[in-house]
Amino acid sequence: MPLNPDIKKVLVIGSGPIIIGQAAEFDYAGTQACQALKENNIDIVLVNSNPATIMTDEAMANHVYIEPLTLETIKRIIKKEKPDSILSTLGGQTGLTLSMQLAREGFLARHNVKLLGANPETIDKAEDRQMFKDTMAEIGQPTIASKVVTDTTAAMRYADEIGYPVIVRPAFTLGGSGGGICNTPEELKATSDTGLAMSPIHQILVEKCISGWKEIEFEVIRDAKGNVITVCSMENFDPVGVHTGDSIVIAPAVTLADKEYQMLRSAALKIINSLGVEGGCNVQFALHPESFEYAVIEVNPRVSRSSALASKATGYPIAKIATKIALGYTLDEIPNVVTGKTFASFEPALDYVAVKFPKWPFDKFIYAKRDLGTQMKATGEVMAIADSFEMGLMKAVRGAEIKQDTLRYHEYTELSLDEIKALMAQPSDLRLFSVYEGLYRGMSVDEIHAITLIDEWFLYKLVKLVDFEKKLVSATAPLTNEEYIHGKKLGFTDKIIEKLSGQPLPMTLAPTYKMVDTCAGEFSAETPYFYSVFATPEEGAENEALESIEHSDKKRVIVFGSGPIRIGQGIEFDYSSVHSVWALKRLGYEVIIINNNPETVSTDFDTADRLYFEPVTWEDVKPIIDIEKPIGVVVAYGGQTAIKLTADLAAYGVKIIGTSADGIDAAEDRERFDELLTTLKIKRPAGHTVFTEEEALRVANDIGYPVLMRPSYVLGGQNMIIAFGDDDIQEYMKVIIAANDEHNPILIDKYLNGIEIEIDAITDGEDVLIPGILEHIERTGIHSGDSIAVYPAPHINKRMEDKIINHTKALCKGLEAIGLTNIQYIVHDDELYVIEVNPRASRTVPYISKVTGVPMIDLATRVSFGEKLADLGYGTGLYPSSKYVAVKVPVFSFEKLANVDTQLGPEMKSTGEVLGIGDTTLEALYKGLVAAGYSLKREGGVFISVRDQDKAEIADIAKKFYYQGFEIFATRGTAKAIEDADPNIDVVELNKIHESDEFNACNLIESGKIDYIISTSKKGRDPQRDSVIFRRKAVTLGIPTMTAIDTANALVDSISSNFNQHNTILVDFKNM
Amino acid sequence: MSKKAYLCLEDGTVLQGQSFGAEGTVVAELVFTTAMTGYLETLTDPSYYGQIVLQTFPLIGNYGIIPEDFESAAPALRGYIVKDPCDHPSNFRGESTLDAYLKSQGVVGLYGIDTRALTKRIREQGVMNAVLTTDPDKVSADGLKEFAIRDAVPSVTIKETKTTVSDNKQHPRIVLWDFGAKDNIERELLKRGATVVRMPAGSTHEDILAQHPDAIMLSNGPGDPTEAQDIIGELRALSGAKLPTFGICLGHQLLALSHGFSTFKLKYGHRGANQPVRDLDTDRIFISSQNHGYAVDNDTIDPAIAKKRFINSNDGTCEGIDYLNEPTFSVQFHPEACGGPKDTEYLFDRFFDMMEV
Repeated sequence: MPLNPDIKKVLVIGSGPIIIGQAAEFDYAGTQACQALKENNIDIVLVNSNPATIMTDEAMANHVYIEPLTLETIKRIIKKEKPDSILSTLGGQTGLTLSMQLAREGFLARHNVKLLGANPETIDKAEDRQMFKDTMAEIGQPTIASKVVTDTTAAMRYADEIGYPVIVRPAFTLGGSGGGICNTPEELKATSDTGLAMSPIHQILVEKCISGWKEIEFEVIRDAKGNVITVCSMENFDPVGVHTGDSIVIAPAVTLADKEYQMLRSAALKIINSLGVEGGCNVQFALHPESFEYAVIEVNPRVSRSSALASKATGYPIAKIATKIALGYTLDEIPNVVTGKTFASFEPALDYVAVKFPKWPFDKFIYAKRDLGTQMKATGEVMAIADSFEMGLMKAVRGAEIKQDTLRYHEYTELSLDEIKALMAQPSDLRLFSVYEGLYRGMSVDEIHAITLIDEWFLYKLVKLVDFEKKLVSATAPLTNEEYIHGKKLGFTDKIIEKLSGQPLPMTLAPTYKMVDTCAGEFSAETPYFYSVFATPEEGAENEALESIEHSDKKRVIVFGSGPIRIGQGIEFDYSSVHSVWALKRLGYEVIIINNNPETVSTDFDTADRLYFEPVTWEDVKPIIDIEKPIGVVVAYGGQTAIKLTADLAAYGVKIIGTSADGIDAAEDRERFDELLTTLKIKRPAGHTVFTEEEALRVANDIGYPVLMRPSYVLGGQNMIIAFGDDDIQEYMKVIIAANDEHNPILIDKYLNGIEIEIDAITDGEDVLIPGILEHIERTGIHSGDSIAVYPAPHINKRMEDKIINHTKALCKGLEAIGLTNIQYIVHDDELYVIEVNPRASRTVPYISKVTGVPMIDLATRVSFGEKLADLGYGTGLYPSSKYVAVKVPVFSFEKLANVDTQLGPEMKSTGEVLGIGDTTLEALYKGLVAAGYSLKREGGVFISVRDQDKAEIADIAKKFYYQGFEIFATRGTAKAIEDADPNIDVVELNKIHESDEFNACNLIESGKIDYIISTSKKGRDPQRDSVIFRRKAVTLGIPTMTAIDTANALVDSISSNFNQHNTILVDFKNM
Repeated sequence: MSKKAYLCLEDGTVLQGQSFGAEGTVVAELVFTTAMTGYLETLTDPSYYGQIVLQTFPLIGNYGIIPEDFESAAPALRGYIVKDPCDHPSNFRGESTLDAYLKSQGVVGLYGIDTRALTKRIREQGVMNAVLTTDPDKVSADGLKEFAIRDAVPSVTIKETKTTVSDNKQHPRIVLWDFGAKDNIERELLKRGATVVRMPAGSTHEDILAQHPDAIMLSNGPGDPTEAQDIIGELRALSGAKLPTFGICLGHQLLALSHGFSTFKLKYGHRGANQPVRDLDTDRIFISSQNHGYAVDNDTIDPAIAKKRFINSNDGTCEGIDYLNEPTFSVQFHPEACGGPKDTEYLFDRFFDMMEV
């Protein structure tokens, strides 16, 4: 069936802010969907609250709404835009849930909107636990057997029926306490008795225990005619028990014989057919390692993180094909653009493996629990493609930017073997390394398998890496050529071979690049998608990239991507990288991108002229530079990942387009930067560079507390704190020094209390263009990424504006910056201080580009090639303000990360952001908070507990809440401060947690009386502290907690405003 | 490090990699398969007689050797090329390693070469003859062009008729005419309750009719179908019996030849587990397992007596024929799977539905 002619205008719902579990993969999916719709001349209405996405670009859709993803807002957009259809399966769980609610309410039917991609019945069958089980039972597909029982006899009877081991899960106990795995009837009897006793409703779930089973995933795709294929299979390194998003994954599945593989493949096909999915679907299986027994764990009838991974692993664009299916096409009608000879009804054949490695935020959250389980904790991931698992894993690990270039983790080398064994027993982000250490110490594969249940296949592959690493360490003479080549094929870099062996390399071998072509070479393909392997001329090595390079006579430019999504370096950098590629293409260059993040638009092989799916490290990019011979490279858009390459690039004589390596260094090197500021007579908070704790303490006492302390050369304020006294310095210097193996200096600055503002300037070497000034709602001290930011800046007058323009101009000139520069200033006592200058794209570029309409990356790219701002049509100086106010609100993923303090500070903690747009600051703020997930309930209770320095200001906020009708609860000191300021306010006083078990913060929060919490504390971080305990409790209960006085004020203003979700404006960015 | 092995193609290209499996020298036709699982089924598929098989998927041998998954008692292929053979396989049914198995079966193996580059060479230049050897002195393209696979079917067919009786009283009695049959064809028939009389390729139509079959199953097999003129003659003689007949792969080609249609050699064949075929009656696509170097020429199918039923949706080549005046149909792909997808297994049901038992 070709395109359904009734479909003319389609609403696409995005997935909203980046949170753990829902990241850039949905921007990739949404962007692909828009491209597919566009190819069919469909009028596209796009809604997403996340401004950092490519999908919300004006080039992507005909109508772009950056609005809260709430039912009310979507309804208003549907009424306004009158789409005939809605695409529900490309916006993650958020998009899907909203679409289903609209369908169930009958709203879609009433407004004649067709639901494309899925129907509510399908979704229920997949998502409702009982319906899912019933559906699977109907088609003879096993699920994990479980039953709710209320007495031990029934539990025992059921366990006999399903077989041991079983898991007991008591109902409504916190964290499942009272339950556990039972291997025998005796164990079950004891556990069941305890579990029943602990459960407040005297109920337990008895479930078949499948931990240790293999976890296998299939990505399948089906059209309306019933044609169905599998795109990719995947196998988890970690057996069942670790969330697949937190698992190391290999595609395709490797330990399954054809009989097992086909059994699961057939099952996946049967499932998608029975659900009637039209589009992509992910099916997760648990497979018993010692039999053909399996169970269907989960079915996701939509595109997902796994489908993004499968798309990149195979070259088969699932989201694009799923969209075309939704439009009415069948698989055999959709050409495979990779080969041009085959169709989408072709199952990809791989002649390589893809290895995924997650990126976790534990380097930032040092107090977070690193245990992995059913709750996903990774913020992002990398993928590596290679011709062996060993090389794929080595590439993935070094590309994950966790300072590992082999699998030997330095902290583990000093532990005892018993400690190593204990570590590997518990899945964590570091388990790969404890397993490796165990093997390195001589533990057998069987022994490690017994502890970890990781399949022996993987462990034997690790043994190969261990053997080679040991050979290097014990080398007393240079390796033989044969040994060296073996090491290269295992994925060891020259650098590490030299370092560990202490010997010169016997030879060097450049990688050859292979093409990802969906068909294992069966058909000629022209996909510009490459990965490296090592092969010698005798082995017939053929570098497939060369042909593609030789075909072109254009000048080439390489753009470096930003690697895995992490806190502080998120999707915004992918936005900038992609725009840079587009801008360079428009200028007539052939553009090459190097990146290793499978979730992103930048690694779509359609984006650049050539994609190298490789780690963004010097040794991985150098051979690409050697064959591509670019006229220059772009580091400005790939965040710190790309910036880190500048020194090597400069030393190798590669031209950096935009600000030079020297300019970048001048901005980051404290002393050089100070010199520049002195010359330019620009003020900055007093500060010094230190290396040791003693120096730090001396400097801090010299300039006076509070001070801001941070390591240089980091992004997202990693390990940055405000120190109020010597003990803070002592605590954090230890952390910083432990993580600082490159011995970068540590910066200590006077902390100035003021308005923080931020600008992104485009400079051509003479003039600057500042598209807009952002002002942070929170005073200095909170990381810019975690602050609510308002554009245009409400408290900056004309005189200060001029000062900002002049300072910016002077700084850009002084650094000889070309292109984009991000500058953070503080306005303190009517004086302008500069805190930080980064001559590169920042997190705010996508948001500012969208709200001002200034195509920042395009202009920055053009000035990098010598064009002048004056000729580009956007003027110079400060660009005129938009008629709208736009407020960026950060979004956090605290509920996913146990023990992380929610108190904001100079180290960034947010994972994503949303935008609110309005006629006034208050309206934009209201919408931003709604988009960020605040319910903005207008009655109830507020619990307030603030540190001394905030007590003077808290009364005003309390008053606003009180007169809005809220009941006020406060800890003793805070209560006094409020009552002293306004005796008319009734405050209920609470005990501190460590003082009393009764009527303290914790049991108040649990009582359900509290709707908002304002909690600021001098100290935080340590999970043992009172404030951290109740803030964590609030996270568990989903109670919004404001940890800065300014945030609280903004919130109460929004609550007491007259705005609601029906009277705010809807702004179409395409028609502003 | 292990011993070296060499591959020399008829165009003179020499590749050097590592030896595994048996040592020795073999001359054969070099083909590739893109299947990612199912190496055991590939190794024991008699249709690979006289060939060196190159696996495009780099990691082979991951689940060891599982005899119950074999498609025949022993490999018919002559040489085996993989990128990275697994020396520590892991599977609950797996026994021993690929290397040990190839050694025990005398199959010469080569690994560690740029298999993708070699695959592309076959794709561009068509299947080629090659010598695979562990002896550096045997590395020569001399006489390679002249090599041809001969007497393929007689070499792999069952030697004597073998009957497997079903305990199902209503069972149909099916002659499985073995041209180098994969065992799973027999398993599919047995699974449906048939008594299977597996007969040698050299059987005559009288031999076959003497078994009083309810239906005839024509198996897959190796080699150039036009070489099997005797079988084609017997097929012609059989067609008058109007017995339900189902042909797979070589069986499909021989049926077509017996009806006067032609076959031709494909440039590099279809070998893999991901080939899409279109059922022209229903317009549905199925993913199929394939292993063939020859195909029936679409243009020679006489519309008066037969109609094209399946085509390969990539290149449009013939993948199946329904005969109009007799209860006969055939497919080029492998509905019996093993290895590969089971999406067209239903064709065996169609075959059984044709039998009046």
